[in-house]
Amino acid sequence: MTTAPTRKTHHLTIPVKASDIAMLKPGDIVYLEGVVYTAREGVYDRVLEKQQPLPAFDQSGTDLSAISNVNFHCSPAAAPSEDGNYKIGGVTATASFRFSKWMERWLDLTDTKIVIGKGGMPKEDYTNILAPRGAVYLTTVGYGTGALLGRGVTSVKNVFWLDDLGIAQAMWMFNVKAFGPFIVDSDIAGNSLFAEHNAAIAENISALYDGLKPPALSRYGETDNRKDEVM
Amino acid sequence: MTITAKHIETAAYEIMKKAAIDIPDDYLTGIEAMADTESGDLSAFVLSAMLDNYRAATEDRRPMCADTGLPRYYVKVGDKARMDSMVALEAALRKATADATHDVPLRPNRVHPLWRTEHNNNLGINSPEVEWSFEPDADWIDITTVHKGGLFGTDYRMLFPGDGIDGIKRFLLDTLIAFGKRGLACQPAIVGVGIGGSKDTCMQLGKQAACLRVVGDRNPDPEIAKLEHEFKELGNSIGMGAMGFVGSSMVVDCHIEVGYTHTGGMPVSVHTFCLSSRRATARIHGDGTITYRTDPKWFTPYMRREGIS
Repeated sequence: MTTAPTRKTHHLTIPVKASDIAMLKPGDIVYLEGVVYTAREGVYDRVLEKQQPLPAFDQSGTDLSAISNVNFHCSPAAAPSEDGNYKIGGVTATASFRFSKWMERWLDLTDTKIVIGKGGMPKEDYTNILAPRGAVYLTTVGYGTGALLGRGVTSVKNVFWLDDLGIAQAMWMFNVKAFGPFIVDSDIAGNSLFAEHNAAIAENISALYDGLKPPALSRYGETDNRKDEVM
Repeated sequence: MTITAKHIETAAYEIMKKAAIDIPDDYLTGIEAMADTESGDLSAFVLSAMLDNYRAATEDRRPMCADTGLPRYYVKVGDKARMDSMVALEAALRKATADATHDVPLRPNRVHPLWRTEHNNNLGINSPEVEWSFEPDADWIDITTVHKGGLFGTDYRMLFPGDGIDGIKRFLLDTLIAFGKRGLACQPAIVGVGIGGSKDTCMQLGKQAACLRVVGDRNPDPEIAKLEHEFKELGNSIGMGAMGFVGSSMVVDCHIEVGYTHTGGMPVSVHTFCLSSRRATARIHGDGTITYRTDPKWFTPYMRREGIS
């Protein structure tokens, strides 16, 4: 791959500006400072399907995007502590492709510009949904850097709907500093790092099966195209 | 002297914590070796970030991965161990799970499969799982916990004897590539392959092969040991590394376990134990002392016996 020599590391402040987002290229590394919020199926379902309003983030009714335009697909390992705050242990992303169907409406509602999660989303989503809205996707690294990301959360600014949705699905607002590393998957042109790498790997796949005879019984609906993704 | 429920609770609580925080040495050594040989630039970056993460977890005493999986137990009871109540033992395991979930903290992942009800403590119907085995001539009880994510990287298929090793290799490739894309399997992984048994045993053996044997361990059957090596090389020849980026780091090690199966069939299961391969074992000795380790020593010669005793 050609991403190596040009890989840059960016330290961005949230809310992230359009000019900062425009600099991000697939394969670049990003660290964040400011406020990151979590939202996944529990929050999307509540707001987009059940049509409930977003929480009041402060007394003066500030919009979410003025506080944070970074949506993290995450459930923290968290527990209430004695002082009424929360103890955050590890912080790790969850697989984003499952939330694809909500992204368009969510970005329009919240003006979110960075989506962080595990594994990216289909390239068509970048082309059709994220890129036209000036939004990009960052993936967490290795999917298990829970301790490094946990260190990056300096405190819990707020948590909403904890009683209704539980710890894993609640909407958390984290104060973060040197929060990362994340790898840029999609840029504002809609390119996808994962799609590039999948295509490179796919070149070699049919050779791996050469000489291995197929099993006697196929699986119902089985596809023979190993270049297809299953998501 | 008998082993009490209090001993069990103390040991189970401690291994919940150790498993979540401290990467086992065998897996760490395996990843360090892969980081040295990985030529894919991004895949190498991921491995080096993971090594930083293991250090941060141990330094800060925080979980290495926030998806602390579905915490569960494997209990091996020595034939000469004396425990006043088996029901109390199971209750102690449940209490330790709830307490550790709050204290470490672990993510309370467990929910009702249909109603999504949760108790915020990782307890529920059939949760946590407790699997049992026995060991002759021993007065101790071993308790192992494994924290493994539950969504990706596992598959089962009924193959037939005529499909042979080719069939198993194809299925292994299918599974590793399908779940390796975008790194959904969180590779490089310890790959466990269960071959034979009935369908449920096949799944169980493969899962135990992935989670309860250490990197570098070989099956005592020399022909199966050769296959383990061959499958590892096959996985690493796909061209896919950490997170599904171009590279060679897919399989840290491969473990195969077999069980006698139906004469007409050859069921196979594949399991991937992830970049945060979390396991810890406690031995509660007959005198009540407790020692800790990361090698579960689950597959003893007695476990793999073929005859009557």
